Amino acid sequence: MSTKHQSTPRTLLVALVVSLVSSVFVAGSAVVLKPIQLENRLIDKQRNILSIAGVGKSDLSSKEVKELFASSIKARVVDMQTGDYADQFDPQAFDPLKAARDPKLSTALPLAEDIALIKRRERYTTVYTVERDGKMESLILPVRGYGLWSTLHGFLAVKSDLKTVIGFGFYQHAETPGLGGEVDNPKWKALWPGKVLFDASGKPAIRIVKGNVDPSNPNAAYQVDALAGATLTSNGVDRLLQFWLGEQGFGPYLAKLRAQGV
Amino acid sequence: MSHPTMKEVLFNPVFANNPIALQILGICSALAVTSSLNTALVMSIALTLVTAFANLFISLIRVQIPSSIRMIVQMVIIASLVILVDQVLRAYAFNIAKQLSVFVGLIITNCIVMGRAEGFAMQNPPLLSFLDGVGNGLGYSAMLLLLGFVRELFGAGKLFGIDIIPLTKDGGWYEPNGLLLLPPSAFFLIGMIIWVLRQWKKNQVEPLVFAMAPQVSDKEGI
Repeated sequence: MSTKHQSTPRTLLVALVVSLVSSVFVAGSAVVLKPIQLENRLIDKQRNILSIAGVGKSDLSSKEVKELFASSIKARVVDMQTGDYADQFDPQAFDPLKAARDPKLSTALPLAEDIALIKRRERYTTVYTVERDGKMESLILPVRGYGLWSTLHGFLAVKSDLKTVIGFGFYQHAETPGLGGEVDNPKWKALWPGKVLFDASGKPAIRIVKGNVDPSNPNAAYQVDALAGATLTSNGVDRLLQFWLGEQGFGPYLAKLRAQGV
Repeated sequence: MSHPTMKEVLFNPVFANNPIALQILGICSALAVTSSLNTALVMSIALTLVTAFANLFISLIRVQIPSSIRMIVQMVIIASLVILVDQVLRAYAFNIAKQLSVFVGLIITNCIVMGRAEGFAMQNPPLLSFLDGVGNGLGYSAMLLLLGFVRELFGAGKLFGIDIIPLTKDGGWYEPNGLLLLPPSAFFLIGMIIWVLRQWKKNQVEPLVFAMAPQVSDKEGI
């Protein structure tokens, strides 16, 4: 290499050109591929909703997921304070997580009430229903809350009696693989169907307990075995359920539905 | 290495100069992504592409790179390629990208890529450098696929996610070895592969750097 390649201006020039060319490539790929990536994320979410609601087989292709979702799942936006449907929002376009960051569409939670540690709760959110012959067969509620390292985002599907669990699972989290990450384990998820969320007086009763659930215990229907070695993730899941089933969560909405007798 | 031929740079890294088995580079990702063949295969392709194209681009501009900033220039090119691969995977292989998570991003720090850029592409013409990148990628891939094969077959009774050996929990006869699904098992396997390889190619055996003195008394060290 000759000395002219080593001078300071030349070094700066090479650095500048290399950085510019690289950044154009990186930015270009991010912009061009973004629509496909967003589509993937949407399909992943729809696949999760379908599997948690127990609709369809587990190994559907992306196209089948889209079709099945469009034909069997109905999305509607709910006003969390009044419990009424807020049909001024288009459920396809409405993003509850974005709304939770928007001061106009969300409320900051006081620390004492923020048991799921989500800081702000959106005023409106999207719920999903499976209907047959015009009657609601199952209801799928979005839930989220902080575990040990991350916010867990998931769905809870309940039967039309609004208290029996059909399925429960998370589509996004960053808990420790092998410990808290076991929330994704099919064996743990299989413990949920059939569990009862509310007691006879309508209070949230579902709890995550340590040790195996004794089937002879009268409260067994309200109890789910915690994850081994993942106390903090289990506590997080327990608290996020208390939150979303409570008055700050879907309480008003579920009360309205019960009153209407679905 | 004064005038390596194309064939040499392409095939030597597979057995004679394997980046994992002889140079002991890139071990971290070899432990992390080989519990199933699917992830191992995608990771192999990703790393091969990054190494090959990083070598190509660096070799193209090698006479222009001032030596004072050559490392950072190599790093910028490698990092851009890795981001590109990551974006493409997220767009076209979403599930695999989810499983590989941070390990695609960590190709940036894979010693094989940087080692070939600094050690080969800076001194050799573009085509030869490109083939050297492909060759080293193949060496890495051979090792990853071998590990993935053993780990998935005996750890989960599957290959590419398809059941091969019926497991006891599904009514078959094979009780899978759970250890093989955990990263440390890849350590044992790599060790065994290196041993077999050095039995076969004796010239890979390294001379002892120092000999251990015999133990003098059984009280020593107590």
